[in-house]
Amino acid sequence: MKRHLPLALLVLTAIGVQQLTHATGTAFYLTPLTMAAYYSLVIVGLCLLMGYAGQISLGHAGFFAIGGYLSAMLTTRDLTPYQDNPVLVLLDKLGCTVTGQDMFGGAVLHVHPWAAFACAILITIAVAYGIGIPVLKLKGHYLAMATLGFGIIVYRLVLASPLFGEADGISEVPAFPLFPGLAVSGGFESRVSNYYLAWGMVACAMWLLANLIHSRVGRALRAIHGAEDATNAMGVNTARYKLNTFVISAVLAAVAGIFLTHYNGGIGPSEAGIMKSVRYVAIVAIGGMANLWGALVMGSLLNIMSLRGMFGSYDDAVFGLILIVIMLFAPRGLLGLSLPQGLKRLLKRGE
Amino acid sequence: MLRIKNLEAGYGKLRVLKRISLHVNPGEIVTLIGANGAGKTTLLSTITGLVRATAGEIVLKGQNIETLKAEKIVFRGCSLVPEGRQVFATMSVRENLVLGSYVQHRQGKEQLREGIEYIYDLFPVLRERKAQLAGTLSGGEQQMLAMGRALMAKPALIMLDEPSTGLAPLVVKNIFRIIERLREEGNTVLLIEQNAKAALKVADRGYVLETGKIILEGQADELLANRDVQRAYLGRDVKEN
Repeated sequence: MKRHLPLALLVLTAIGVQQLTHATGTAFYLTPLTMAAYYSLVIVGLCLLMGYAGQISLGHAGFFAIGGYLSAMLTTRDLTPYQDNPVLVLLDKLGCTVTGQDMFGGAVLHVHPWAAFACAILITIAVAYGIGIPVLKLKGHYLAMATLGFGIIVYRLVLASPLFGEADGISEVPAFPLFPGLAVSGGFESRVSNYYLAWGMVACAMWLLANLIHSRVGRALRAIHGAEDATNAMGVNTARYKLNTFVISAVLAAVAGIFLTHYNGGIGPSEAGIMKSVRYVAIVAIGGMANLWGALVMGSLLNIMSLRGMFGSYDDAVFGLILIVIMLFAPRGLLGLSLPQGLKRLLKRGE
Repeated sequence: MLRIKNLEAGYGKLRVLKRISLHVNPGEIVTLIGANGAGKTTLLSTITGLVRATAGEIVLKGQNIETLKAEKIVFRGCSLVPEGRQVFATMSVRENLVLGSYVQHRQGKEQLREGIEYIYDLFPVLRERKAQLAGTLSGGEQQMLAMGRALMAKPALIMLDEPSTGLAPLVVKNIFRIIERLREEGNTVLLIEQNAKAALKVADRGYVLETGKIILEGQADELLANRDVQRAYLGRDVKEN
């Protein structure tokens, strides 16, 4: 029961905030709130990997970008010239394509967002396994460096490739019709539904991850964090657990990337940048590493502040600074430090 | 229970174990003694699959296990209490024990509870400390936790790697008393020790390992009385006898 309390609190807060913006006529806040929800999805996934399995990744913006870019590319690229290609004919027959009009009224042919979604997720899984199998044999700094290398490769690829729009990124990404009546898009009229969709996804992810952590698997993950060889000697397949956790967090990042790209209507290379990865790591650290709810709270707060432009052009510097300060003064996270201990101290004083 | 034939293993080009053969019968305590660098820990790591054998056979309960991965070997009923305890410091004592029963995942909650109760009866101090983080226990308590954790897997064979290292003499005595009790309860134990005297006193049989070879084997009391063993491992001069 105790486990469901934070989840209920999350749902209530989400509803409360929406009602508040509605009542005060500040519905424009819903846009950064929705975006923050998607970033939080990346962060809680990374929290599982870093805080619980003890494996660092400085390449998670890469997975976010793989999801976002692939979906954007597939749903915007005009496939009319390849219409007679047997693969495309097959896709057409399976209903995986949509026809539309370009700005001059000519007919264009795109991949359906759902097909693009499936494709992007499958490729993310393949890449995560491909990277994870060799890289997760490394530990500590070496793992950090290897994942950093992966992040840089993805960044340079999207920046250099005309297919992904080079420095401009991809724009005019269409809405993602999830099912009739609900589409992921940044349109004015669908602001509320998208807000609930995004936070609903976060709630689902939190429910899944919280259950995972409290299961036999989660216990094994925390043990890996402590003493890997000893965990292995308990009969836990540590290599497989680490790899699967890596893939789960990569998929969460990719899902966030896809949805945010359709929500924003575009994606640019900065989403794949190293500083984005560093930011995710910093937020997990601020949340207290092995603290899913801490990561979620800090992730939403800091992302909203950043998206509202509170840090100005010093955005990246702020996150760098936060990382240093947290590591020095509160290695167990901001929440882990202040709230429970502060409360305890207060109570003791009362006695 | 366990039969090792002409086992060879090492790290890279370094050959640590040279044609080792030994066996452990069900229900007995067998000890393996030897000085630093003799290959004791390497032998245990090879049995548990953390180090690959380059030649030879390891047969557990009639099945070859030398090519299996470490986690599979635990499922076959062979648990290791690693050197230096290696308890999961950030988890509570109880969680450590629950994790020990990882391979027994088919058992129900009731059986798990009974298993933990059994460990608490064996090591009463763990019951007192069940909610405490394992990292905050004393060395001796951590050793008991490591042993309890290994027992949670209900292993056919339990292997102890230098359980007395770094513990106070009184605690060591206690640990050896528990090892004796393990045999009384029908467990099979392979005990690796530097503390040859204490190990030979509780064991049924013993092997002496030197630079990767087994140079002596026999009944524990015979080894205790053996002059070479006394001189090399018990620190007693021959004349003294």
